[in-house]
Amino acid sequence: MVMTEVEVKNYNLNFGPQHPAAHGVLRLIMELDGEVVERLDPHIGLLHRGTEKLIEYKTYLQAIPYFDRLDYGAPMNQEHAFALAVEKLLGCEVPERAKYIRVLYAELSRIMNHLMCTTTHAMDVGAMTPILWGFEEREKLLVFYERVSGSRMHAAYFRPGGVHQDLPDGLAEDIYAWTESFPKVLDDMASLLVENRIFKQRNVDIGVADRPAAYDWGFTGVMLRSTGVPWDLRKAQPYDGYEKFDFDIPVGKHGDAYARFLIRFEEMRQSLRIMRQAIEKMPKGPITTLDPKISPPKRADMKTSMEALINHFKLYTEGYRVPEGEVYVATEAPKGEFAIYLVSDGSNRPYRCKIRAPGFCHLQSLDWMCRGHMLADVPAVLGSMDIVFGEVDR
Amino acid sequence: MANWIIELWNGLPFYLQYLLQTLGFIMLFVLPFLLAIALLVYGERKIWAAMQMRRGPNVVGAFGILQSFADGLKLLLKETIIPSSANKVVFLLAPVLTFTLALVAWAVIPWDAGMVIADINVGILYVMAISSLGVYGILMAGWASNSRYAFLGALRSAAQMVSYEVSIGFVLVTILLWAGSLNLSDIVNAQAGGFWNWYFIPFFPMFVIFFISALAETNRTPFDLPEAEAELVAGYQVEYSSMAFALFWLGEYGNILLMCVMTSILFFGGWHAPFAALEFIPGPLWLIFKILIFFFIFAWVKAALPRYRYDQLMRLGWKVFLPISLAAVVIYAGLGLALGII
Repeated sequence: MVMTEVEVKNYNLNFGPQHPAAHGVLRLIMELDGEVVERLDPHIGLLHRGTEKLIEYKTYLQAIPYFDRLDYGAPMNQEHAFALAVEKLLGCEVPERAKYIRVLYAELSRIMNHLMCTTTHAMDVGAMTPILWGFEEREKLLVFYERVSGSRMHAAYFRPGGVHQDLPDGLAEDIYAWTESFPKVLDDMASLLVENRIFKQRNVDIGVADRPAAYDWGFTGVMLRSTGVPWDLRKAQPYDGYEKFDFDIPVGKHGDAYARFLIRFEEMRQSLRIMRQAIEKMPKGPITTLDPKISPPKRADMKTSMEALINHFKLYTEGYRVPEGEVYVATEAPKGEFAIYLVSDGSNRPYRCKIRAPGFCHLQSLDWMCRGHMLADVPAVLGSMDIVFGEVDR
Repeated sequence: MANWIIELWNGLPFYLQYLLQTLGFIMLFVLPFLLAIALLVYGERKIWAAMQMRRGPNVVGAFGILQSFADGLKLLLKETIIPSSANKVVFLLAPVLTFTLALVAWAVIPWDAGMVIADINVGILYVMAISSLGVYGILMAGWASNSRYAFLGALRSAAQMVSYEVSIGFVLVTILLWAGSLNLSDIVNAQAGGFWNWYFIPFFPMFVIFFISALAETNRTPFDLPEAEAELVAGYQVEYSSMAFALFWLGEYGNILLMCVMTSILFFGGWHAPFAALEFIPGPLWLIFKILIFFFIFAWVKAALPRYRYDQLMRLGWKVFLPISLAAVVIYAGLGLALGII
């Protein structure tokens, strides 16, 4: 009997771009050996909208809404980085109250993001209920967004120089009341997941990254902290007065999916602490810089003053000119270090606006993090990375 | 008119009479059964909704009670899409097979003393055989779809169902050793006389293993890997639409109910009331009540738990359940001999 040589080919699986666990429009070309992932090739760019190029053709004010669309899970955190970058180039002072409002809403957005990330992560490993509990709360946060900015997602609320409008009456109290009722929901969600044996079996030691790998691959945010590096820009390079707040940075040990999940859970609790402090300590005063070259005049003045009306018209058509220079500003967005590299040529539009999206850096390590794991672990790792394609593809 | 029908009936040859009679019985069972599935699916969705703090179906009919019928109608009116690369015959045969097998197993289920379509002596073996055949529907669907997701789902499903049937088999062995019969009515009658005689008390570990294996056998959470949405989209069902999909779906619920009724019969006294004082409530109602309780637990588990990974599920089946149930066969056999039950 003659043995014929048989070539065994690996099984190729095309995962996405339309796939319930792809977190948007990720396409993965997977090479499988049985159920074990041999190689995994993420294809990105299906949501590319040319944001950076579009911003070059908009005034600084008009550019803001593009940042809401980057990481649509936490819109205001992106605006925050851009506002800080423009302020740094302008060299303008931001009033205290505006800083407190920004911190309040940045942390609120962080909770919004983590609620979405942790619950979809749970759903990726098969738990159906937490996402419905979490989104019930997220809905309330969206209402807070709407009350302050008029929009649930395209807030355009953080502007260079401050924020767009002051908090409406009663909003601060309502947010404070929410920060007191929310921990109960967090505990409920934790009771379904944190100590659940199946959930642990699915996440412990899955997608492990050690500290050198985290440095090599440009990890930031929760991904970096899960490997044991206590690096959080809110503590390391405080901006907008974060140094005045009392909060802790949760740090993981093992760098696995479970550590990342737990860190996000704890960060939500810490964000609640910051939000309460922001509301308690919030001073009275203006909510945007008083420089009339940057912030528009009051609506009441425009009714009586011709100069104010002209000023308003010029600001909203031509915009303000930003001094020549370049600046790199990084903020601690929920997903990691979200940074803007902004170059101004002295005109009313940015010469270049490079966006550093944390998800982009994290996604590139999906390949080596998933190698040797099983097919079912890929959604778990992906879920624990917290990828949103708005910012990856830009 | 009535006379005419009776004359016609008497004029029929015996085998035709027998055939029509059996067909009549089957219709008498199948129609209420399908109706029950529709209502149970509605009930299950309401249970999930309550656990997830939402309302669930509440638009079609009073409290949304007609939701399943609306869904069924929608599926019926849709086009059955057959992928161009699929093997047509096998592709269409698979859902039919799954659905038929899900119904056929019910023939031996006793609803009350003597109230059973086929009172055969090997009832348990029959149920085991039919539920083992169920895997063919899924394998055929996965293979015939010619889709990689469906294929992986079918492979997982086959491995899973085969693994857990082994431990279910051993659990059944312990029961039938004590009951001394393979006939389901006899097993129920062995538990007559009040809930303290029900088998869930002496066989409690077996009951737990049986119920968990039943979850795996019917591809339900936490063992719903074959249709794991997060990685395989819908597993072996991924290419199915319209009525072909609906048949899979009905078959799945038929199997879930079968497992519920088997749990009631094997461990909870079938049609018997827990106290003699409650005997005035008819047996079938008791059985239905018990089925509903286990169905509720099925829904509860789905709302509460995440999903196992393939290798973890296999480990649980072969390394935990199989040794335990094998040891249990020896222990219960010895115990039965020592106590003089066998």
